[in-house]
Amino acid sequence: MNYENQEFFAPGHRACAGCAAPIIVKWVLKIAGPNTIIVNATGCLEVFSTPYPHSSWRLPWIHVAFENASAVASGIDAALKAQGKREGTNIIIFGGDGGTSDIGLQSLSGMAERGHDILYVMYDNEAYMNTGIQRSSSTPFGAWTTTSQVGPYNIIGKNEFKKPIAEIMAAHKIPYVATVNPAFLPDMKMKIEKALKIKGPKFIHAISSCTTGWRHDPSKTVEIMRLATETGIFPLWEIENGDFLKMKLTYVPKQRKPVEEYFKPQGRFRHLFQNPEKIKEIQKMVDEWWAKFENKN
Amino acid sequence: MKITRGVVITEPGSTALEETGSWRTFKPVIKYEKCIRCMICWNYCPEPAIEKQPGENYPVANPKLVKMEIPVINYRYCKGCGICVNECPTKAIDFVREEK
Amino acid sequence: MVMMMLKGNEATAYAAKVAKVQVIPAYPITPSTLFPEKVSELISNGEMKAEFIPVESEHSALSAAIGAAATGARTMTATASQGLALMHEVLFIASGMRLPIVMAIGNRALSAPVNIWAEQQDTIAQRDSGWLQFYAENNQEALDLSLIAFRVAEDKRVLLPAMMGMDAFVLTHTMEPVDVPDESLVEKYLGPPEQKYPTLNPSQPSTFGAFVFPEHYMEFRYSQFVAMEHSKKVIDEAFEEFKNIFGREYRKVSGFMNEDADILLISMGSMTGTAREAIRKLREKGEKVGLIKLSVFRPFPKEELVEITKNARIVAVVDRNISIGFAGAIFTELVASYNNIEKKPKILNFILGLGGRDIRVEDYIEIYNRAKEAENRGVKEIQWINVDEDAVYEVEGPL
Repeated sequence: MNYENQEFFAPGHRACAGCAAPIIVKWVLKIAGPNTIIVNATGCLEVFSTPYPHSSWRLPWIHVAFENASAVASGIDAALKAQGKREGTNIIIFGGDGGTSDIGLQSLSGMAERGHDILYVMYDNEAYMNTGIQRSSSTPFGAWTTTSQVGPYNIIGKNEFKKPIAEIMAAHKIPYVATVNPAFLPDMKMKIEKALKIKGPKFIHAISSCTTGWRHDPSKTVEIMRLATETGIFPLWEIENGDFLKMKLTYVPKQRKPVEEYFKPQGRFRHLFQNPEKIKEIQKMVDEWWAKFENKN
Repeated sequence: MKITRGVVITEPGSTALEETGSWRTFKPVIKYEKCIRCMICWNYCPEPAIEKQPGENYPVANPKLVKMEIPVINYRYCKGCGICVNECPTKAIDFVREEK
Repeated sequence: MVMMMLKGNEATAYAAKVAKVQVIPAYPITPSTLFPEKVSELISNGEMKAEFIPVESEHSALSAAIGAAATGARTMTATASQGLALMHEVLFIASGMRLPIVMAIGNRALSAPVNIWAEQQDTIAQRDSGWLQFYAENNQEALDLSLIAFRVAEDKRVLLPAMMGMDAFVLTHTMEPVDVPDESLVEKYLGPPEQKYPTLNPSQPSTFGAFVFPEHYMEFRYSQFVAMEHSKKVIDEAFEEFKNIFGREYRKVSGFMNEDADILLISMGSMTGTAREAIRKLREKGEKVGLIKLSVFRPFPKEELVEITKNARIVAVVDRNISIGFAGAIFTELVASYNNIEKKPKILNFILGLGGRDIRVEDYIEIYNRAKEAENRGVKEIQWINVDEDAVYEVEGPL
């Protein structure tokens, strides 16, 4: 059945205007349909969608804490099995980058290793936005955050590279790992649909712009996310069963745009333009990544 | 108000009882005569505050489209982010300052 | 009914079996590791039908338990010491979400220094988490109180999680004959394992774990307080019904040779047996001494404790835990229980047996002698038993 025209995520929630997270959520739910249980790690999404006594969720939904969404989902999986109700029910986790790449990595890894039939969707806004834009391991190199501040003694912002969480999950040899971008909606829909058809642990890494933390005009949310992929910074790919050699790029830009185009509309990268060599460095890294795959694909 | 045991909310989707339209400073207004009914705005509305409705009685950019559904903005929820304005491929959505 | 030779951990695993527990997430930790081992064995043998989740941490064990219980499954886990401390955050969530999870604890000392032996600090440190707390004296009690814990936790007047403590090694690893009741009788006692409160169910979507603002938060905490108060009556009913079905009798507070006692000792857990032996010896010498055993610490049975101790001249509370900066927990709470009561016994606190230090009959006789001294003169309110004070003073300076 197609539930595309049904809204399982109700309006009236308190996400900032222009937040990408609800776009990702509404599409995941439309594809999953009503026979679905949602687990949510602590984060913006959990807070803005459940201001008691109201809830945006038209599907069963549970939030327990920050680091344990995958463990909670494992318990739901086991309970449904024990009750003989497991067949036909999707279990989907939503976690931000902090709840996934940082504090939730252990329970996520455990869930993946144990082979639970669960889809994990990470909405990656690349910092702790719920607490006010602190750096996470998923914050990209060169980004300003409130804990990677820019000044005379730190001209770069975040000096470390983004943790490759999707690759880490693929290394668990789980059946399906993909990166998605809501700006490439058909690709995103295809991957969610594919993931939900596969038994076992699945991991989807979705880029999710945060207008407040990335410092851009709310109307530019989708445009900026599109640039993340058009510049090659956030490539779209899938890996099945941990087979890195068969990694499939699902979108290859005809001509990759320069990374500046992605940085320019975002306040968090503004300082980089005073150090153009840093932008060149990032451009070089992106080019090297693509060089590896373009030869093969 | 009676509380629920264990903080369980048994009315799904009840944030719809709230209204977030008052957040707007700018208001998207669809000019249907330019709308090609592609639903890209509907795809990307984060609230979601854009609903699909029958389009027969609306102005139409191309008579071939008359049977297709149109997007209608529900201003009770629209926060005025402007994503629809930005993404509209035919520039059919105006963004006008909200009059209070 | 089957008599089996079981270690404490095994007795609680059999409790899970006869209670038809559906989901068991667990992580190994000394001294409760035998629980997941036994569960795994019983499931692999086909003796038990349950979903066992070999999670990657105790934090995840309780988190998975919450997921399972919120889905309506009867759920049990086990842990100890550091594991329970790691669960701290999640303990409050389980009780705030009103999920009747039962957890067996091998009561063990907390680090540092690292130590794997008996002490009740781990569960005592969680007394504010909104969980019911039962303490077993022997392995039969460990099994029985686990079943009773389910009965009380799942009662719709309560709906709070429960932990059942048994001392490390003394019970967890010691074989004792245990009467394992028939599943049919247990089902009669507990009802079927499917839970009836609102659950994660796609045909009736509900939201669990919402964000609550100051305008509602206090009501939720007050509702937990009220439910815990209600549990006092429910526990008595559960004990009564247990006696009717299984023939064994439990009380929150039970006395031994206490009727005419001038001096009363208070004890909780496995050391109660040793205390009883000391009381017998002292009685043989004509000393008017008695013993009070505590089987429930949360809800704190203050009414029963006051009633049973009010005619004594001195109450010596023996705590196998210490709140650094004040005193042992049972002492603190007994003293508080006497607040607003004019006629009260002199109450003293004795700390002993930390980190698995042997608790001997002589220690109780020592406690009795020191308590008796207090009849005639002032003594220190809080005293440590069987500890080398000089060794400490040399390092820290004299007290």
